[in-house]
Amino acid sequence: MVAAERLMGKVTARRGERLLGWSALTALAVSAVFSLVIAPPDAEQGEVQRLMYVHVPAAWLAYLAFGVVFASSIAYLVTKKTRWDRLAVASAEVGVLFTALTIALGALWGKPVWGTWWTWDPRLTTTAILLLIYVGYLAVRRLPDSPARRARWGAVVGIVGFLDVPIVHLSVLWWRSLHQLPTVARLGKPTIAPIMLAALLVAVAAFTLVYLYLVAFRLRVGRLEERVVAEALSPRLGEPVDRLMQDVDLPVEAPAGG
Amino acid sequence: MKLFREVVAVAAKDVRIEARSRYALGAVLPFAATVLIAFGLSIGPGRTLLQETAPGLLWLAVLFASILSFRRSYEAEGEDGALEGLLLAPVDKAAVFLGKAAAVAGQLLVLEVVVVLLVSALFGLSLGSEPAVLAGAFVLGTIGLAGVGSLFGVLTESARAREAVFPLLVLPLATPVLVAAVRATALATGSPGGGGGSWLGLLLAFDVVFLSTGTLVYGYLLED
Repeated sequence: MVAAERLMGKVTARRGERLLGWSALTALAVSAVFSLVIAPPDAEQGEVQRLMYVHVPAAWLAYLAFGVVFASSIAYLVTKKTRWDRLAVASAEVGVLFTALTIALGALWGKPVWGTWWTWDPRLTTTAILLLIYVGYLAVRRLPDSPARRARWGAVVGIVGFLDVPIVHLSVLWWRSLHQLPTVARLGKPTIAPIMLAALLVAVAAFTLVYLYLVAFRLRVGRLEERVVAEALSPRLGEPVDRLMQDVDLPVEAPAGG
Repeated sequence: MKLFREVVAVAAKDVRIEARSRYALGAVLPFAATVLIAFGLSIGPGRTLLQETAPGLLWLAVLFASILSFRRSYEAEGEDGALEGLLLAPVDKAAVFLGKAAAVAGQLLVLEVVVVLLVSALFGLSLGSEPAVLAGAFVLGTIGLAGVGSLFGVLTESARAREAVFPLLVLPLATPVLVAAVRATALATGSPGGGGGSWLGLLLAFDVVFLSTGTLVYGYLLED
C-alpha cells in the first residue's frame, strides 16, 4: 500500500503527468493507424467493425476504473488517508466518462449491424445500470459539507456499488435468456484475426494510458482543491497549511464566511 | 446473543414509532394504491395486458413505496437529535443497521400483503398456483430492499439527499431484487415467462451480500 502511495505521488508530479499525457497522445496516434489503416475491414461488417477498436477498450477501462474505485475505497476506510479518497473520485469520474463512451459507441455500432440503437442485451443493460450506480456515487459525494464525511460516504457507495455489479449482471443475464431471443441475431464470436487482435491490444494500451493521464490530472486538481481549503482555513485554525493538508480528518467544516 | 438482543431493541423502537405515528398506514399505503391505480389507468382496461404486467407493476409499486418507508425510518432519527442518542447508546453499530432493517422489512411485508390483494383485485392476478414461491419472493425480496434502504437511508440525513439522490442510488442498486422478485412472482402466479426457483437463490445471494457488507460498513456512514 505504501508503494502504491509513493507511485501515486510520482505520477501526480507535474513531470510524471506530462510524460503520461504525451505517451497517451502518441499511443492514441499509433492506435489510430493500427485500427484505421493496418487492420483490414471486417469480412461481414465492413468498415463499421473498426468501432471495436474504441468500443471494447472503453468498456474494459470502465470496469478497470470502477475496480480502482472499489480498491481505493477500501484503502481509504482502512488507512483514512485522503489520497485514497482522491484516487477513488478521480477514477470514478473517468470511469463514468468511459462508461458513457462505451454506451454511445455501442449504439453507433449497433445501429448499422443489429439495426437498432439499443437492445436489452445483458451486457448492454448491465453497462447502463453501472453508469447509473456511479452517477449516483458522484451525486452522493456532492451531499456532505465535510470532506471527511464525503470521503466516508463515497467509500461506502464505492464498495457496495461494485459488489452489486456481478449480481446485477447475473440477474439481467437470466432475465434476458428467459425472454424471446434477440430479434437481431448477435454475431457469434468469430476467432479474431491476429492483425485485428494486435490493433485491439494497441488500442487497449492507448486507452489505459489515457485513463492514467486523466486520473493523474484529476488527482492534481483534487490536491489543489484541498490546498485552497487548507489555505483558507490555516489562519483561522492557527495551523500551518501542510498540516491541514496531511490530516484532512481534522474538522474542516468551513467557518462562517470561509 | 447480545447482538441479537440489541437488534430486537432497535427494531422494537422503530416499530413502536410506527405504531404511534401510523405513517405507513396514513401515507405509504395510500401512495402504493395511487401508484397501482395510475399503472392501471396508463396500461388500459384490457384484462390480458394487465394480468401479464401485474407482477412487474406490483413490485414497482412496492419499490417506490419502500423509498418512502426508508426515508421515514431515518426522518424519525433526525428529530430531536435522536440519531446522536442512538449512537451514544452502548449498542453495536451493526445492531442499529440490522434492527432498522428488520423493522422496515416488517412494515414492508405488511404493506405488501395489502398491495398483493389490491393487485389481485385490480389486475386479476391469480395467487393460487405456488404460494410457497410467492411467499419466498416477498420475504427474500423485502429483506434485500430493507438492507439497501437501511444502509443508505443514513444519507437522507442530508436534506439534499432526500429528494433525488437517495432514490437515484437505491433504485439501480436494487435492480437484481426487482428483476428476480418480478420473475419469481410471475412464476408463482402462473403468468407466462417464469423460470424456476433459482430466482429465489439470486434474491438470497443479494440479501447475504447486502446484509453482510452493510453490517461491515454501516459504522463508517455514521462516524463523525
